[in-house]
Amino acid sequence: MSSLHLPALLVVVPLLSAPLCALLPGRLSWFVAVVVSLATLAITWAVHDRVLAEGVISYMIGNWPSPLGIEYRIDEANAFVLLLVAGVGAVVALWGRESVAAEVGRRQERWYWTMYLLALAGLLGVTITGDAFNVFVFLEISSLASYVLIGFGRDRRALTAAYQYLIMGTIGATFFVIGVGLLYTMTGTLNMADLAARLPLVEETRPVHAAFAFLVVGISLKLALFPLHLWLPNAYAYAPSVTTAFLSATATKVAVYMFLRFFLSIFGGAELFELLALPDILLVLSLAAIFAASTVAIFQSDVKRMLAYSSVAQIGYITLGIGIGTRLALTGGIVHLFNHAVMKGALFLLLGGIAYRIGNVTLDRLAGLGRRMPVTTAGIVIAGLSLVGTPGTVGFVSKWYLAQGALERGWWWLVALIVVGSLLPVVYLGRVIEAAYFRPAPADSALHEATPQMLVTAWILVVACVWFGLDTSLTVDVASRAAEALWRGQ
Amino acid sequence: MLHDSVILRVVVKLLLPPILLYALYVQAHGEYGPGGGFQAGVTVAAAMILYTLIFGVPEAQRVVPFAVVRTMVPLGVLIYGGVGIVGLMLGSHYLDYTVLAASPPDGNHIGVVLVEIGVFVTVSGTMLSIFYSFSSKIEDGEDAD
Repeated sequence: MSSLHLPALLVVVPLLSAPLCALLPGRLSWFVAVVVSLATLAITWAVHDRVLAEGVISYMIGNWPSPLGIEYRIDEANAFVLLLVAGVGAVVALWGRESVAAEVGRRQERWYWTMYLLALAGLLGVTITGDAFNVFVFLEISSLASYVLIGFGRDRRALTAAYQYLIMGTIGATFFVIGVGLLYTMTGTLNMADLAARLPLVEETRPVHAAFAFLVVGISLKLALFPLHLWLPNAYAYAPSVTTAFLSATATKVAVYMFLRFFLSIFGGAELFELLALPDILLVLSLAAIFAASTVAIFQSDVKRMLAYSSVAQIGYITLGIGIGTRLALTGGIVHLFNHAVMKGALFLLLGGIAYRIGNVTLDRLAGLGRRMPVTTAGIVIAGLSLVGTPGTVGFVSKWYLAQGALERGWWWLVALIVVGSLLPVVYLGRVIEAAYFRPAPADSALHEATPQMLVTAWILVVACVWFGLDTSLTVDVASRAAEALWRGQ
Repeated sequence: MLHDSVILRVVVKLLLPPILLYALYVQAHGEYGPGGGFQAGVTVAAAMILYTLIFGVPEAQRVVPFAVVRTMVPLGVLIYGGVGIVGLMLGSHYLDYTVLAASPPDGNHIGVVLVEIGVFVTVSGTMLSIFYSFSSKIEDGEDAD
């Protein structure tokens, strides 16, 4: 097998390891998950390098020529997202051994990691494919697996949260497939590049407008755009720690990628994106997300739930980059897609370490944790500073580009809003830090640090928060090339 | 349970072989006629469900244990994906069946037949595992896993 087949293996390896994981004895399941996610990361890395060196890679599944068959098509944009998903997947899997054994239980462990691999395969599939219907298939694979991953939560409310997500997610997927179906009836093709070429011929027809509307709502549900985010806080709060870290860093990001791919690459040629005032709507909703969700986060006492609301706000920054509509702002949005994944992944993993020791992570129970779990709390402070957007961390880089994008348009008021919005995390993270460092620990607690394995892996992401904040060559360069790839269409 | 009725027991015993045979017929004609692994898998699962309704869950689990059913679900997916991998090994693209035999049409035939077997295994396994999960809960009144 030459490197020619790497794009197929990228999806097939985790997809087929999932049933293998289900057949093997339970104590091997974590090992399988780690080996597979590391192998997937290696494949993704190789594919990413090849895209940067040689340009767009195209792979025909089953050797059926496109647009007839399913084509995997990788350009700078999805290579970047693939790397993000596979990287987070590997770190989270490495982190999760003890946590899953404790929260899910030894008996169910095997099924947990099976679902984890399926979700990973699904998310990679959504990102890599160049076929609009194939996106739907992989979207369903990843969504169904993530409903189960959420339902594994220790808290029984995880089941209702998973059910709520299932209903909302299914509505989203249905809208998405209705949109794709309408596009298919109008153009007779499902291949994305082919769609982009044929859409301008039929752009002024009602079915295409309807398809556009269905796709906007469907994908926005998946990416938890502000008024459609209601499934997210409960799902993240009650899911097992591994699920929360993994989904918050990948699932919504992949949905954002879908959004970009559909509305910039496919509809971009048809100029519907501008025509139907989508950028303006996006701008308003993003700002609403940043302010409303951050404000709600301030009043949460469950820290996981607080960060879940914070995720809704941060997604607002990503969509803000799309809404501003200049290339610099889009670069900022894509960089933030990566940066937010890194910092939220770090925060949720560190919280997972605390949850491993004390159970539910509420503000009261964090009292005095700064002395009991110093390494964990220090990590939370650094990742938290990044969330605020302190210079020297990743959060600053993405907001810098967003602000520059806004300036390109001459929107000073928007720059002011971005800065003010960045101050809200100071309030809610301040509450966490206040509890951890300035409140006395309960005298009787014999609390100690999370396991070394958890600390080392979570700190990989914490270090990444600072590393990519200082050295922006990987993220910003690749993101600007990705923005360019999306801007010029296919 | 309905196993007290002699008529039901005899009729079900008479019905089961034709149902299973029909399932095999549907399975075998999948690649060029209506039918295939999904329909055949559901038919076989329906036969087992009928058997369970009359003879009870313990008797049915003696015929097809839950462990077997649980293995079938992932196994079928592996068969399906494995056929795709074979295409890859033989030097073509993933899921390309034409290389499985000397002539491409024969290869496609073989590929689809094998893939349909994978579908059959997973679908019948899934149907039965759903049915077993619910029915054993009803019998014990609680979660029996």
